[in-house]
Amino acid sequence: MASEGDRRSDPEVAERRSRLLGGLRLEGEGARGVAIALISTAVFLVAIVVAVTQSAGWPEVRRTFFDWGDISGSFPDIARAFVLNVKIFLVCEVFILVLALVIAVLRSLQGPVFFPLRALAIIYSDLARGIPTILVIALLGFGAPALQLTGVPRSRLFWAGVGLVLVYSGYVAEVYRAGIESVHPSQEAAARSLGLSRFQALRRVILPQAIRRVIPPLLNDFIGLQKDTALVGTLGVIEAFNQSQIDTNATFTYGSYLAAAALFVALTIPLARLTDWLIARDRKRRQAAGGFA
Amino acid sequence: MSALKVEGVHKSFGPNEVLRGIDLELEDHEVVCLIGASGSGKSTLLRCVNLLEPLDAGRIFLAGEEITRRDVDSNSVRRRIGIVFQAFNLFPHMTVLRNVTLAPRDVLGLGRAEAEARGRELLARFGLEDRRDEYPDRLSGGQQQRVAIVRALAMQPELMLLDEVTSALDPELVAEVLSVIRELAAGGMTMLIATHEMSFARDIAHRVCFLEEGRILEQGPPHEIFAQPKEPRTQQFLERIIEAGRL
Amino acid sequence: MKGTLATRGLLTAALVLLAVLAAGCGSTKESGATGGTTTTTSCSKGDLNLVSSGTLTIGTDNPAFPPWFGGTAKKPWQVSDPRSGQGYESAVAYAVAKQLGFSKDEVTWKHVPFNTSFAPGTKDFDFDINQISFSPARAKVVDFSDSYYDVNQAVVVNKGTPIASATSVSALKPYELGAQLGTTSYQFIKDEIKPSKQPSVFPSNAGAVQALKNKQIDGLVVDLPTAFYVTAVQVPNSKVLGQFPTQPGGEHFGMVFQKGNSLVTCVNKALSTLRSDGTLKQLQQQWLAKATGAPTLK
Repeated sequence: MASEGDRRSDPEVAERRSRLLGGLRLEGEGARGVAIALISTAVFLVAIVVAVTQSAGWPEVRRTFFDWGDISGSFPDIARAFVLNVKIFLVCEVFILVLALVIAVLRSLQGPVFFPLRALAIIYSDLARGIPTILVIALLGFGAPALQLTGVPRSRLFWAGVGLVLVYSGYVAEVYRAGIESVHPSQEAAARSLGLSRFQALRRVILPQAIRRVIPPLLNDFIGLQKDTALVGTLGVIEAFNQSQIDTNATFTYGSYLAAAALFVALTIPLARLTDWLIARDRKRRQAAGGFA
Repeated sequence: MSALKVEGVHKSFGPNEVLRGIDLELEDHEVVCLIGASGSGKSTLLRCVNLLEPLDAGRIFLAGEEITRRDVDSNSVRRRIGIVFQAFNLFPHMTVLRNVTLAPRDVLGLGRAEAEARGRELLARFGLEDRRDEYPDRLSGGQQQRVAIVRALAMQPELMLLDEVTSALDPELVAEVLSVIRELAAGGMTMLIATHEMSFARDIAHRVCFLEEGRILEQGPPHEIFAQPKEPRTQQFLERIIEAGRL
Repeated sequence: MKGTLATRGLLTAALVLLAVLAAGCGSTKESGATGGTTTTTSCSKGDLNLVSSGTLTIGTDNPAFPPWFGGTAKKPWQVSDPRSGQGYESAVAYAVAKQLGFSKDEVTWKHVPFNTSFAPGTKDFDFDINQISFSPARAKVVDFSDSYYDVNQAVVVNKGTPIASATSVSALKPYELGAQLGTTSYQFIKDEIKPSKQPSVFPSNAGAVQALKNKQIDGLVVDLPTAFYVTAVQVPNSKVLGQFPTQPGGEHFGMVFQKGNSLVTCVNKALSTLRSDGTLKQLQQQWLAKATGAPTLK
């Protein structure tokens, strides 16, 4: 693709772009090409729809998965349960962003005196990412209250939230770390040269830049978290997935699974598009600024 | 008591010995230019003076105090020394004014109003006041470098270190930065300047030091060094510079 | 002109799509049953419809719990062993097998998770016996035998907790109750108790029992005999608060068969014999007597 600082001539660039767009050859043929593309897509879609709906198993599939009465009947309960999923991830995400930052900063401390903290951060990251989330939730949700220690909360929601926070902080800490590493060392040098302490330099100069850079992967992990709230159901709490399972077990049709899936997707897709938009905007900004951005 | 004293400084990076025993003294208000080929150790020396690099051997004294002692707080030393880099290194997520006021506020403890007043005055002095609310990526290279100098000046340092501050600039932008440095020199700032700009060095330096392979091979007033260099390698270096049309 | 071609293309595509979608929508048709015609089935051993000829393959879940199963568990079974013939369901299963003409060695057991036993589809067992309650929804996708046990739901609570002093169904309303996913116990909570607090539904009974132990739920609803097992073995300091009145028509356990499997007729014949000759009653006395003494909550 043509980029800033591309010294090739315009016709060369146009030719290359045209080749990249390959079969469509939109560059060469304008509106006619667009029309052909649309028609062929339409024909393709029609062919698929016809093939599917005329196949032998379709009525059964439709009854099992796509029965509108089934889906619309289970939807209200599932939507109500979904509110719990939303609450869980909203609360957890805040704690995750904070805890992960602490771990990332601990990991970035230099010097032999800080070795125990660095080691702790590494061990934490490894465990958090190494143990399946569902296991952590079961361990904490059932195991912690089983100790019957005074002061230890019993609530399964609490422990499930703790589990999600602990696990996701491990991943998000790595994202922060990548961001911190990506800030050019000359920024830290400049900050320290002005007399800022290591901590001040981190807080004022490095972290603001680091975090801005990793917003797309942070959003990505956030999307993952939204879906993992479904794991809370293993503790018996009725959230959207659990509710859809209840309905499915009663009727043996799976429309309720689709209803739950639709709700999750409705939540995650806007975030995914936002992430894409942020990445594109950032790319444009960097191309405009050039140099050391 | 000299403003800066560098005594027997050695510095290696891995197997590479970059500084092989540097002895250098600067008096108050003195402007010393370091010249020499790339890799001769100019930048490394400046970074050592600023305590950005630890020494392998030797000592450095700032206004009579040894700053390379273990128990010295390097942060407080760096407050007293201003350094400007070739790559400007402005903070891209802050406006020009914020770049300038960050250290005065966080390190010197100045209040926001006071820090901003100081910053604006400095920016105005160098013709940058109308850019104070812009982000660095909107400024030209010359403007960014001037802001970097202002940022360092805002800490009211005893000593300024300039590390080839015009080398990354387009030729037409070099002059504006050099004029800032001239003004600083005229105002009596003690400065240690690493530079390739030979005519500039000849103009403003009280003393020129030629670095070669980690040692100061020759030093003296500009008219001596540029017109009648004693060492053959100094002569060679200057001849090449003249050939390149830069003197 | 380029413009009209594009427009025409778009219009055609849109119309075709609309037409197909309209054809695709419409009322759901009932899927046909996969069963064959029902003629008088011969129940002699040789004529039986089996997954593995010569053997009676029976399914149940693992672990197998008392009082439904007994004996020392040997691998791969845990807690109890269906092959022992001890425990109510094991005993009934072998009794039915005997009626059909199978000796003890001609019976094999298969691990079938509770939830999948009554899900639609082809089964790899002849029948499943696992405290599966008959329900119309389930009966649409699998076949049930007649009742081999009329069951009451019961609630297990921790002794000394506020819920433990409840004496009626309505007194249970303010509490957090739990049940296993897909069980009639959960339906019972929803339809009969109608608690004000959202109940909990667990993927396995183990989770439900653990939650009761942790006092994370106030009461666990299960069938009465299982309730006694829970209090006797799994949750110390718990008790069966009470059992719930039998619904009109009653809830009962039946064996589960693949839909349309003619074997169910023969098993029903066997059950009918066992009922009339008193075997069922005797087995209930033997294995479930302890598990019936709980107050009835109204």
